[in-house]
Amino acid sequence: MKSNLRSEINYDVLNLSGEIDLHHSPKLREEILGSLKGKKSLLINMEDVSYIDSSGIASLVEGFQAAKENKLSYGLLSISGPALQVLTLTRLDKVFTLYNSIDQFQSQLQT
Amino acid sequence: MDTANAIEIRDLNVDYGHRRILSNINIDIPQGEIMVIMGGSGSGKSTLLRCILGLKKPSAGHITMLGTDICHTSNKKLYALREKMGVAFQGGALFTSMTVAENIQLPLREHTRLDENTIQIMTRIKLDMVNMLPYEDLMPSELSGGMKKRAALARAIIMDPKLLFFDEPSAGLDPITSAELDELIVMLKESMKMTIVVVTHELESVFAIADRIAILGEGELVEIGTPDEIKSSSDERVISLLNRTPRENNVDKDVHIERLTRDKE
Repeated sequence: MKSNLRSEINYDVLNLSGEIDLHHSPKLREEILGSLKGKKSLLINMEDVSYIDSSGIASLVEGFQAAKENKLSYGLLSISGPALQVLTLTRLDKVFTLYNSIDQFQSQLQT
Repeated sequence: MDTANAIEIRDLNVDYGHRRILSNINIDIPQGEIMVIMGGSGSGKSTLLRCILGLKKPSAGHITMLGTDICHTSNKKLYALREKMGVAFQGGALFTSMTVAENIQLPLREHTRLDENTIQIMTRIKLDMVNMLPYEDLMPSELSGGMKKRAALARAIIMDPKLLFFDEPSAGLDPITSAELDELIVMLKESMKMTIVVVTHELESVFAIADRIAILGEGELVEIGTPDEIKSSSDERVISLLNRTPRENNVDKDVHIERLTRDKE
């Protein structure tokens, strides 16, 4: 897994790529919770994620919970293929807010 | 080994004492495939599974899994390989002194150093997948047979294994739970990229989940192919198995008399 955190004025974008498994999920968890500690909303770009296992999903869930507690926006961008199938399998596609573009996320922040 | 194959079985022979249980078995299982191994009682299918799991040493031949020859490797490599394998045993094999959740978490606690919150969420995700989330605090003795089986599956997939082995998933389950389990097995393959080996003789389940089917009969590989190929097989043993023809109808008089009257070796 590769990750890169980009800060905008009122939100962060966490770009992820590659495979996320048991070996990478502690780092993912750290990055998500670290970003949310800054009290900024977070958009996680999943476009280049080829695989995510349940430990990775667990990190996304923990982030969702932390964002909710802090009343921050939290969403997943461009999730598709096997990663989306895993979300569907765990019924979390109904829980997370899924975005197709950053513009969509930005306009949601303004409302 | 062909890297596209998750499992390769080559020239496998297994003996118990003087009795040959498996004879000259050759099977390739490509990555991401659901292979169903079926056969009647005494066909050798459970012995084959035990060999693949490294629980029974073959008398001859090789089994290569994810590039490792499990018959000729170190314990360290075997241990590392087992981290990538999940096994759901027929009876569940749950630890009776632990709750359902504790049973499921066991592999994570043994093999990883994940944060406690991550472990808890992963456990609940897997329990939810098998419709067992409301029962996480129950003890195995408080579960029905079907619930034990589902809990065993949750434990088998807790580490998101590359290889999943399932012994008789549908046996003893009601038709709805059985169909749900079949659907889950197919979803696991598609979303988690798992290679899945299922040993069963439940025909409905076989054709619902299998990419390919290997049929064993009296220790030999009778037929291997896609469900359509198996359905159109002209082999009498395959036809008998699919039509559930009682074994008595297939008795060869000479062979049967020889079995009953031969001298012990």
